Amino acid sequence: MSIGSVPLRFKVEIDPERCMKCGRCVENCSYGVFRKESDNIVVANSRACVACHRCLAFCPRDAIDIYEKPTDYRTHPVWTREVREAVFNQAKTGRIIVAGMGNVLPYPSIFDRLVLDACQVTNPSIDPLREPMELRTYIGKKPAALSVKEKPNGDAELLTKLAPNLKLETPIMIGHMSYGAISLNAQTALAKAVTKMGTFLGTGEGGLHESLYPYQDHMIVQVASGRFGVDINYLERGAAIEIKIGQGAKPGIGGHLPGEKVCADVSCTRMIPEGSDAISPAPHHDIYSIEDLKQLVHSLKEATEWKKPVFVKIAAVHNSAAIAAGIARSGADAVVIDGFRGGTGAAPRVFRDHVGIPVEAAVASVDAKLRKQGVRNEVSIIASGGIRQSADIAKIICLGADAVYIGTSALVAMGCRVCGTCNRGTCAWGIATQRPELTKRLDPETNAVQVANLIHAWTDEIAELMGAAGINSIESLRGNRDRLRGYMLDEGLLNVLDVKTVGA
Amino acid sequence: MAALRIDAKNLHYTPLNQQIRKAVCDGVKEIVIDNVLGQRFIADGLRGDDVTITVNGVPGGDLAMFMSGPTVIVHGNADHAPGNTMNQGKVIIFGSTGDATAHSMRGGRVYVRDSIGYRGGIHMKQYKEKRPILVVGGSARAFLGEYMAGGLLIVLGLNGQVPVAERGVGSGIHGGEIYVRGEVEAKYLGVGSKQLPATAEQMEMIRPIIEDFAKSFGLDPAPLLKEKYSRIAAASARPFANKYTPE
Ligand code: SF4
Ligand code: SF4
Repeated sequence: MSIGSVPLRFKVEIDPERCMKCGRCVENCSYGVFRKESDNIVVANSRACVACHRCLAFCPRDAIDIYEKPTDYRTHPVWTREVREAVFNQAKTGRIIVAGMGNVLPYPSIFDRLVLDACQVTNPSIDPLREPMELRTYIGKKPAALSVKEKPNGDAELLTKLAPNLKLETPIMIGHMSYGAISLNAQTALAKAVTKMGTFLGTGEGGLHESLYPYQDHMIVQVASGRFGVDINYLERGAAIEIKIGQGAKPGIGGHLPGEKVCADVSCTRMIPEGSDAISPAPHHDIYSIEDLKQLVHSLKEATEWKKPVFVKIAAVHNSAAIAAGIARSGADAVVIDGFRGGTGAAPRVFRDHVGIPVEAAVASVDAKLRKQGVRNEVSIIASGGIRQSADIAKIICLGADAVYIGTSALVAMGCRVCGTCNRGTCAWGIATQRPELTKRLDPETNAVQVANLIHAWTDEIAELMGAAGINSIESLRGNRDRLRGYMLDEGLLNVLDVKTVGA
Repeated sequence: MAALRIDAKNLHYTPLNQQIRKAVCDGVKEIVIDNVLGQRFIADGLRGDDVTITVNGVPGGDLAMFMSGPTVIVHGNADHAPGNTMNQGKVIIFGSTGDATAHSMRGGRVYVRDSIGYRGGIHMKQYKEKRPILVVGGSARAFLGEYMAGGLLIVLGLNGQVPVAERGVGSGIHGGEIYVRGEVEAKYLGVGSKQLPATAEQMEMIRPIIEDFAKSFGLDPAPLLKEKYSRIAAASARPFANKYTPE
């Protein structure tokens, strides 16, 4: 007996009263839900709908409704719909389930159980309109002490040699999403936005497309286990270099860009033949230990004549603090901690949902460990994976981060509806696709403005939050647990985060 | 311009590389480095198609990493990962090398007269005219050519050695090819790799490379070319195509 089909995930309806038969839904849906039949527009295949809302966004008459899970299973607290449907899928195929975007399990959010402080009476808040607020952030090594010499004319001369740092006008950067995972138009929009905002964008491990060279001073080039697109030109172009060890959406495993997505242009930035699979192995095969990592960090610095900061990105896992302590000693300038809610173009479901830990706990424990060992100044901490709003940024900075990488939220600013089908290569918004008819939907100019607006708005909100807390420099917010309280967090977690409970 | 001699005794790798870079920048074509003892990253990221660097001694890890053009000749053994992610140029080693030799190499040639360690030629790849070549005179350890995505790897098994007698040969290989003198015992072949006797046409293709290798070390290529070779390549072009299903 075959398993048959599972209930619809989304049911799409057109209100015939409202529909003016303009056909925009037919044109816009890249999943083939709508069809023109004689002079009518019909929902031909609700099953194909992923709720990317492209049709809704472009229907001039609000004639389309999408219902999630219109048919119920018998409710069961353990045998959820997702669990049952995964079994059906694997019983049919015998394969590993992959999906796009981040963790979908309803783990409680730590961010949402942390609250920020504000001044009342005893010390005044600061009005960011009136007073200067310092959000500029430097990423890289800071000297433990400075030695200066007084010149005969009374000026001071700095004797300490400073390591190269990245100068960010806001603590918000955009993380690594490769060309291949997202379209060139999407990358271009992000690159324009960070250039405008005085911050940085990661290239991902797909190399750097020629058309992005004008933005290279705002780009962090990535060296991952597949070493795609990595040569000396690429390394020299980046403002910084990031070694990707792991990713929050899929800790411990490599990546796999299927041949279908390796079009002519992607093939040229990755430097692999068109149509060939781009396989990134799980480990870097020249790094099997912290000593080997140190060797790669130093070889990248040596190749670029010690002019660029080198970051190391790891997925947030149980042992992040000890790993980060090793990274701090490897000569790296920043450690990126990518939490288990981080997005991805494609990840096995079992990893996306079950491996890794939240970035809040990982950053707090990394910061504590590095301080305890007296090496916190040796590396900056960049938090990524699951940053959804400015409050998350303020909170994670209080927990010890220097800056954040955003990913999904920058895509949402370009229209992404978090439909989670980035792995299929048919993103109707022209983001997670390489199909020319879809990528051309995304205009880099307007989307750059939207992404820049988002960074601008969040930066303003952070300034307001800081002002309310009586803080006028981001440095005073960093690691400032005193301005955070845990709300309904258990004692163990409060200890890890090193924050007090509300009321205390 | 005259050859430049650098004495590397007690010299850290950074000032050593700075001297090399400066010399290349000034137009020096021949550099000889004496007393090399464990200095890592020699010629790391260095450009210069017509530059030859002779290393007398034993260089440390990541020799010629990201290098793009020069020729490096080592009179001695080399440590971990010579030719790592190398782009172009030539590395000739009169001795043996450590693990991950020619790791992720994307162009140029690495010749090792004697033997290499584990994970040789792992994840080599090619693109258009860039086709990396690793030739090993002696033998290789386990995981040879694993995840290979392109390029050419030849193991000659000179002096009566078995080219590879350890597991994981070509596991996950999805491009490129490995040639060994004689053949690899079937039990040592990795998942997704396939071994066949080299055809006459394939032998013609590797002939000039073996000749060049032999010439580099003053060996007679004739006996090498008389032998039978096997070719190991991907069993299918898309080894992982059937592993995944969408959610
Ligand atoms: S976009 Fe809206 S109005 Fe136009 S055909 Fe579709 S449902 Fe009707
Ligand atoms: S990028 Fe596109 S496919 Fe991916 S979640 Fe967003 S809208 Fe969906």
